[in-house]
Amino acid sequence: MDATPLCPECDAEVEIPADAMENELLACAECGSELEIMSLQPLALELAPEVEEDWGE
Amino acid sequence: MRVALLVTHIRAEEKLLLAAFNKRGISPDILLDRELNFELSRGGEQLAPSGIAWRDYDLVFERCVSTSRGMYALAILNCWGLRTFNTYKTAAVCGDKLRTSIALTRHGIPQPHTRVAFTPQSAMQAIEDVAYPAVLKPVLGSWGRLLARVHNRDSAEAILEHRQTLGDYNHHIYYVQEYVDKPGRDIRAFVIGSRTVAAIYRASNHWITNTARGGQATNCPITPELDAICVKAAQAVGGGILAIDLLEDARGDFVVNEINHTMEFRNSSKPTGVDIAQEVIDFVIGQIGVLA
Repeated sequence: MDATPLCPECDAEVEIPADAMENELLACAECGSELEIMSLQPLALELAPEVEEDWGE
Repeated sequence: MRVALLVTHIRAEEKLLLAAFNKRGISPDILLDRELNFELSRGGEQLAPSGIAWRDYDLVFERCVSTSRGMYALAILNCWGLRTFNTYKTAAVCGDKLRTSIALTRHGIPQPHTRVAFTPQSAMQAIEDVAYPAVLKPVLGSWGRLLARVHNRDSAEAILEHRQTLGDYNHHIYYVQEYVDKPGRDIRAFVIGSRTVAAIYRASNHWITNTARGGQATNCPITPELDAICVKAAQAVGGGILAIDLLEDARGDFVVNEINHTMEFRNSSKPTGVDIAQEVIDFVIGQIGVLA
């Protein structure tokens, strides 16, 4: 895996779990933003989409 | 055996399900709902985003967090004859609280007293018929969003005006329920096929007890009474892999509150000691007749 990526919202380093998957959601420990792993090779993070009204269980 | 896991993105539940598939020697293709582009008339011959023809999947397991994307995808795939979990029939009922209530009513399953109205004026009457405190819920939605406990006429007028003015047409369907004075907790039970495999209490000081809203999960024993009402409720909405939310009323009797067809369970395996993901996947594999 690449070097530690930065949060696109606050620029903090984001720790990526060893078992991370593409399109997995994770939270930035620094600012709490929800992020989506868009790619593992190379590592790329984006802000996750905003929750929509029909999202849920 | 070829399986597709249809998702909006990967959450804790999807990772658990993928691990459970892997334990049985199956590696599902992950399909993103954002990449779907169906040509309706071509059926299962056309390629999924994975590059594999839809008809070549033995199963599509729908786990979209977007209820509408998941439901319409299931509608199309079931129309083409593909096997899915859950089915469109089940998703369409569970994705709509009013349709769920209708199904429960038809099958004689206890639920909170419920009324439906279509204008603010008739909704006000419905609220007063139910009596204060009443609960207003959007018919579509999840995670306890936009629920309102209405204590008096002033609050009712304000909420109805906001919904009528700010909400889209979905919010103009006024689904009103009695407030069940539950004992600081509700119950979530996981039904897989014809079995209640696990259940949790969700305790909270807030009247909304969803774990997404901070409710604390502990194990709930599966009594014969709890199992019976849960299995019956699951069958009423079409069956499959479902989370049944129940309340205990003042007499301690169960009433079914909601049913979820793409259930979240990340906080439920630990307190119950049940590997819910593996239970789900073993059921799914069994249903398609291929035990790996």
